[in-house]
Order: sequence, then structure tokens, then C-alpha cells
Amino acid sequence: MPNKNTMAAILSTDFDRVLSGWLKAQTKEGVKRADLVSAEESKEQSRDLLSAIADALPDAAVDSELDLTETVWDPIRDVLETITENRTQRGVSTTEMGWFIGSLKQPLFEILHTELADKPTEFMREMWNSTRLIDQISLHAIESLVEKREATIERQRAEMTEVSAPVVKIWDRIVTVPLIGTLDSFRAQTVMENILDAIVQWEAEVAIIDITGVSTVDTLVAQHLLKTAAAVRLMGAECVICGISPKIAQTVVNLGVELPNITTRVDLESGLAYAFDRVGVTVARG
Amino acid sequence: MMTINGCVVVAIRDDLDDQEIVALQDQLVDEVARQSAHGVVIDISGLEIVDTFAGRMLAAMAQMAQVMNARTIVVGMRPAVAMTLVELGMTLEGVETALNADRAINAITGDRQKIS
Repeated sequence: MPNKNTMAAILSTDFDRVLSGWLKAQTKEGVKRADLVSAEESKEQSRDLLSAIADALPDAAVDSELDLTETVWDPIRDVLETITENRTQRGVSTTEMGWFIGSLKQPLFEILHTELADKPTEFMREMWNSTRLIDQISLHAIESLVEKREATIERQRAEMTEVSAPVVKIWDRIVTVPLIGTLDSFRAQTVMENILDAIVQWEAEVAIIDITGVSTVDTLVAQHLLKTAAAVRLMGAECVICGISPKIAQTVVNLGVELPNITTRVDLESGLAYAFDRVGVTVARG
Repeated sequence: MMTINGCVVVAIRDDLDDQEIVALQDQLVDEVARQSAHGVVIDISGLEIVDTFAGRMLAAMAQMAQVMNARTIVVGMRPAVAMTLVELGMTLEGVETALNADRAINAITGDRQKIS
């Protein structure tokens, strides 16, 4: 019996012992995060994972053929998915996630040691096999955790891009885009695309870019604004940049940035007045 | 190529190769001279791909017409084309632009009427 499936045998006969040992090890290693995950949940997650391992072990190769992507490991991957999903939301770190699974080694090795005390060669092999398995599972968990985080970041970035550059038509032949936050290359590109499309869509003659909400204007931002203005001009419209606060005016000049051939205005109001003038609209108080 | 209200309107399409663009350039200056046109409208709404050569030709055409005393306006540039030209650093300084041929012709004829 004690060849490739010693681990499976241990898990089927001593399941509760391994589980309680694991939970103790989790506490001892400080990866239980009782502040984020309740003891009940922790126990439940550990039991789910351990029973999934116990179910899969008898049929799976644990020696050098070990491949976690095989179908026999499917249940484990599903359980891991649920656990990482749950723990990502609670803000558990990758180290804690990895070591949460890694701490399973402690009780398992202890039992292996008692079972195979008189067979050092076998003990070594079993230890290596279980280490490989547990490490693979833990790496998989970490990877899935990172993937989940990346997905969150990606989703948030997409949402931000969506709301970051709304071009609105505020008058016949006048479009405007209020910019808020920081203007990086990616956003600047989106702004440019949106504004050019809006010019075509609404046959605009004047495009007003309001940078009141842009926190910092450095050489890079100025460069982006220059490019956008040049593209707008190529489309046959005029670009007005408003929201140049006194502070921004100072920084821009101190940085030595020049904004040649670009109409600038101090706020949206004066920008709009300029645009009205350009398209020949007179505003009168009625 | 056609003439409306003393404006030579020329459309540039995507499938023109470099040689044809050069030929078009010849044709354009001839036409401006023959009609003694006071305006040239270059419509590039059919142009989806630009390279530096096309960009330079466009600027050259505009300048040639300009020295023949015809006000030149480039119209109908697509957003993607505008972005490409800007990225290439070809902002066509000195070339007038308008959104469409209609507005360009209006601008040119309106200007003439003011003078006369």
C-alpha cells in the first residue's frame, strides 16, 4: 500500500486529524486572518479543499507526472477558485494565500513521519511528492488570486476610460470635453479619438477642451494637448483650451512649454464666449 | 476635378498611388491657371491611409495653389488620418482646413464677396 498513494491513504483514514492539524498550523503561521475570514469559513474552506484533494488523490498521478491541469484535478481547481474569489474580496495578500495552503505540509509531514518512520527512502519520496503537490496547488491559488486582481483592475480601467472623456455638444457646431484627473498617454489618446469623432458627428467648428479638473499640467500633458489641438485643426475645426488657472499658467511658463497657435481661455465661460463669437452666435439676455 | 463658383474642387481617393498623386498635382495647377480660380478645395474624405509622402504632397499642393493666388482649403479629413498625421509630426502648418467642401466653398466665396 505505501507506494504512490500513501498520501491518499492518510487523507482517507486520518482526514480529521490532518484537518485539525492544518487549522492549527494556519493559526500558528499567522495566515488564518481571523480579522478577514471567520473561523467557521476558514474551517469550511479548508475542509472543502482537503476533501477535494482526498477525492482526487487515489486516481491522480502525484509523482513526476503531476499535472494540475488534468481533469482529475478539476474539483480542486473549482474549490480553489471559490476560495480565492472569497479571499480576494476580503483583501487577503498573495503571501498569506500561498502560505495558507503551504501550512498543510506541517500536519501531513508529521503523519507521514510516524507512518513511515522505519522507511527513510519511502519517507523522502512521499515527502517530495506531497511537497510538489501542495506547492503546485498553492501556486495555482496565487495565480488565480493575481488573475482575479488583474481582472478587477482591468474592469476598473475600462470603466474609467468610459467615463473619462465624455464629449458633449453644447451648441450647434460647438463640442466640449471636460477633463478631470490626470492625463496620461492612454487617456489623451482616448480624448483625442472621442473629440475627433464628435467633430465629424456633429459637424463642429469649435472644440472646447476644459482642463479645469486636470490636477497637474506638465510637459507631457502639454504635449498631448498640442497634439490634440493639431489634429482638431486638421479636421477643419478650432480647438480652445480653457480652465488655465493662474497656477497652471505659471507652471506652463516656468516649464518653458509653449502652446503656439492654440487659443486658450481662463475658464469655460470665456471659452464658450469665444466659441459663440467664432460660429457667429450672439447671446442676449431676454 | 470640377469647378464650382470659381473654386477648383479636387477629391483624393485612397487607391491613388504615388505617381498618380504627382499627376494629380500637375492637373491641379493647370486647372487653377486655366480657370484663374481663386479657391481650391482638396477633399480627402475618401482617404483612409496616409503616409508621409501623401502628407507632403498635400502640403505641396496647397502651397502651389497658394502661390497662384488661390486660397486652398483641405476638407473632410477622417479622425484616424488626422491622428496619424499628428503622430507623424505633419501638422500641415500653413494649410487651411474645413470640415466639409460645402463650408470651404462658402468660406472662399464669402471672402470674395466681402472684397468686391
